[in-house]
Amino acid sequence: MNRKKTSRLTNQIVFVGPAILFFILIIAIPFVLGLYYSFTNWDGVSGKAAGVGFDNYKQIFMEDSSFRDSFWFTARFTVLGVVITNVAGFFLAYFLTKPLKTRNLLRTIFFMPNVIGGLLLGFIWQFIFVKGFSALGSSTGISFFNLPWLGTENTAFWAIVIVFVWQTAGYLMVIYISSLNNVPKDILEAAEIDGASRMQVLRSIIIPLIMPAATVCLFLAISWSFKMFDLNLSLTKGGPFGSTESVAMNIYNEAFSKNRYGLGTAKAIIFFVIVAIVTSLQVKFTKSKEVEA
Amino acid sequence: MDIKKQYRVGTIVTEIIMILLGILFLVPFYFLFVNSVKTFGDLLTSAASLPKTIEWGNYARAFDITNFPTALGNSLLITVGSNVLLVIICAMAAYYMVRNNSRFNRLLYVIFVAAMVVPFQSIMIPLVKVTSKLGLMDSIPGLIICYLGFGVPMSVFLFHGFVKSIPLEIEEAATVDGSNVYGVFYRVVFPLLKPMLVTVFILNTLWIWNDYLLPSLILQSDHLSTIPIATFAFFGQYTKQWDLALPALVMGVLPIIIFFLFMQRYIIEGITAGAVKG
Repeated sequence: MNRKKTSRLTNQIVFVGPAILFFILIIAIPFVLGLYYSFTNWDGVSGKAAGVGFDNYKQIFMEDSSFRDSFWFTARFTVLGVVITNVAGFFLAYFLTKPLKTRNLLRTIFFMPNVIGGLLLGFIWQFIFVKGFSALGSSTGISFFNLPWLGTENTAFWAIVIVFVWQTAGYLMVIYISSLNNVPKDILEAAEIDGASRMQVLRSIIIPLIMPAATVCLFLAISWSFKMFDLNLSLTKGGPFGSTESVAMNIYNEAFSKNRYGLGTAKAIIFFVIVAIVTSLQVKFTKSKEVEA
Repeated sequence: MDIKKQYRVGTIVTEIIMILLGILFLVPFYFLFVNSVKTFGDLLTSAASLPKTIEWGNYARAFDITNFPTALGNSLLITVGSNVLLVIICAMAAYYMVRNNSRFNRLLYVIFVAAMVVPFQSIMIPLVKVTSKLGLMDSIPGLIICYLGFGVPMSVFLFHGFVKSIPLEIEEAATVDGSNVYGVFYRVVFPLLKPMLVTVFILNTLWIWNDYLLPSLILQSDHLSTIPIATFAFFGQYTKQWDLALPALVMGVLPIIIFFLFMQRYIIEGITAGAVKG
């Protein structure tokens, strides 16, 4: 009996131990330390950290306009980015589940931007916005291309949205395609025989039945856009005038550029709380919309 | 008859619109490739047209400046090393957690699932302190250990869902034949996990290969640069030198695009499987 217990413990350690060890070292300890440092004035260099109570949090909410601005930017970006990329991903999937001759090739093309990392994509698009668009503008005369894309606050915002959608729509398309393929054919045929229009079929049958995919896709899009950093860094670096600085970048700069590690960790904790609340509300909401076929 | 004809016309119109959209999606790649072989003057005056002369020298110079083989080697080593270890560690953990459904293992599972919501940026500042205390800074094994930590929650989660679908009878038969728990895992269970193994491998590869922020915090020496790190450093030095920057970007994106084109089927399946479990 005792031997059996020891061997069970050995097995537990051999099988699960490594996963627990790395998880604790890399995620759990930093997380707990972050909570602690958010109540200190740690500067990251001296190694000394004196407790300051809620001062960091007070400062963030009362005085730090850059954090508020970055938050407002991230919120607007998340709303637009999530909606546009999901609509785009869904309609790409909707049309590419029709019997088109080129559909496999097109699926490949729409997905391809996603395998390239945000950092390199940002640099590629920097060239396109700065040189490519102006070349298109002067040869076609279309004023859309002649805008100073990365130069003004409004256009720089849309530049990031465009690249984000170009990058992520294909990924969501893949998920929506597999969900659309699972919509039972007999229901669609029955609706057609009953004389339902294509819009009615889409609205009353297809969309309710693919809600599980929408739950996943919205979750993914929300967490990508909330956590966006690489693309932001390489495309606009937060400019012009800090107008496109995301929360992730604001946290990064607070700690690693201004050496205010305590304040940075407090921002990081607030960021975590907001991401956790938003994503769990979204999952709860869309899950309640799911139906059985 | 009439309806059928109308349907076909509709399909053709859809097809044409989708093809045009596909071309629109490829335009950035056109700009990237075409301009990467132009002379600097040609590139500034006519970025949209085809190159007047093809300047392969751009590639040779960018290749030398970014020290491309080193960056490629580092990226490969980090991605493959992290992947192999993650798959082994997480498959073992998930298997044992499913088969020994103790209170501890159930709690552990809940903690892993909850941890998937924690954004990297929320813990990166103290992480730097922890990694330097552990002596993981500025070393590739150190970075791999970080990836093991960050990869554990999702990889365990994916394997966990899959192990549940494997019938217990197969393992019982092996146990009767005299295999111990390790033998059962490596000879019987591990081979059965192959479909989920591919999914985990694909998702982790796309993440680790393209990651910039974590390696930028851990690695400092030039000779340890990954492709994203080398690209970023390059842009800091040669801002606006597009005749060098574009070939560097082409070389940077090429490995992962080739990987994608060869592994396409598995990538698509992997994402779908990952999403269904998520």
